[in-house]
Amino acid sequence: MAKCRRCQAVLRRSPRDGLERTFALALSAGILFVIANSFPFLSFVMNGQATETTLLTGIVDLYRQGKAELAALVMLTIVLAPLLQITLLLYVLAPLRWNRVPWQLPGAFRLLRHAEPWSMMEVFMIGIVVAVVKLRDLASIVPGLALWSFVLLMLALAGAASSFEPEAIWERVEGRS
Amino acid sequence: MSAAAGTALAASCARCHACGLLARLPIPATEGARCRRCGAELHRRKVRSLERTWAFVIAAALCYAPANILPVMTVVSLGKRESDTILSGVIYLLTHGMWPLAIVVFTASIFVPMLKLMILVFLLVSVHRRSDWRPVERTRLYRITEAIGRWSMVDIYVVTILVALVRLGNLATIEAELGAVFFGAVVVLTMLAAESFDPRLIWDRSQTRSS
Repeated sequence: MAKCRRCQAVLRRSPRDGLERTFALALSAGILFVIANSFPFLSFVMNGQATETTLLTGIVDLYRQGKAELAALVMLTIVLAPLLQITLLLYVLAPLRWNRVPWQLPGAFRLLRHAEPWSMMEVFMIGIVVAVVKLRDLASIVPGLALWSFVLLMLALAGAASSFEPEAIWERVEGRS
Repeated sequence: MSAAAGTALAASCARCHACGLLARLPIPATEGARCRRCGAELHRRKVRSLERTWAFVIAAALCYAPANILPVMTVVSLGKRESDTILSGVIYLLTHGMWPLAIVVFTASIFVPMLKLMILVFLLVSVHRRSDWRPVERTRLYRITEAIGRWSMVDIYVVTILVALVRLGNLATIEAELGAVFFGAVVVLTMLAAESFDPRLIWDRSQTRSS
């Protein structure tokens, strides 16, 4: 592990089988993303009546209440940024696995670096905990399939992002050309 | 720990902002040099870092007051409307015996944004004053600022989830309010401010002075 001489920040880690592992995690994240967005996320059960919500429900509601900025912000941080991250990771890693250099590699790296800070799934999890606790007295909240996929998705994507090393990929690409 | 040894800048080099390659800069400093690996434009430091950071910090500070004063959501229940601000949400958790969560929400929504703004102003002022006071600690402060900002989004998500879950027709619904929009703006603006700041400036100033 290389560290900055001046401020001790980690400059570079070299995980074993970095590329394979990142690819596997990104692929899992992709599958989990689809599940997390197509099944009920949380259900609100009161007097035997259940209201099911998906990840997108809250975003649509915010938009309908005239809070388009908020809807866009939530959409960006829990749907679009993670989706962009997964897509770009797969876009970069899949060709490399079969020894091809992806088209527009620098652009993909750059976009990926900009998408990462805006992907906030782990913060959303804390939001769920707080919301569920607040509604505790009013009704029972039942977690759906999508919630569990979301938790796994968060872990898979965090793992993929932390084992992803653009520098190692640059070395591979440049070493061959 | 000696930091006075050669930096990339002193050797007329710069790391590419896009791909991280250490590149040699043209000796008579000309604009528009490009990275030979990825083609991005090379800069010694982030472009207009201080101006941009100040702009975002000031904008965030302006949004901070309405974000905390205006209600973030309104519970409409049997014709009654009850509005909640960020702080009243914390107090609700506290008075209902959920103090661990109250601490989490207070930290994420009130403490962190304020701390972030104060640290950024402190760093900006210290760079303007060419301070050489504890650069390692100041760099660490910057890194903390960069890492904690995202956690302030918790309250925005709580509102989103409550709005989605509680829709019982006339019985109870929850509406997002303007305070939440300002609050989201504070989070986004402070994140952009942290991103614009170039921590190497902390070291540049302290070195030009000591040399």
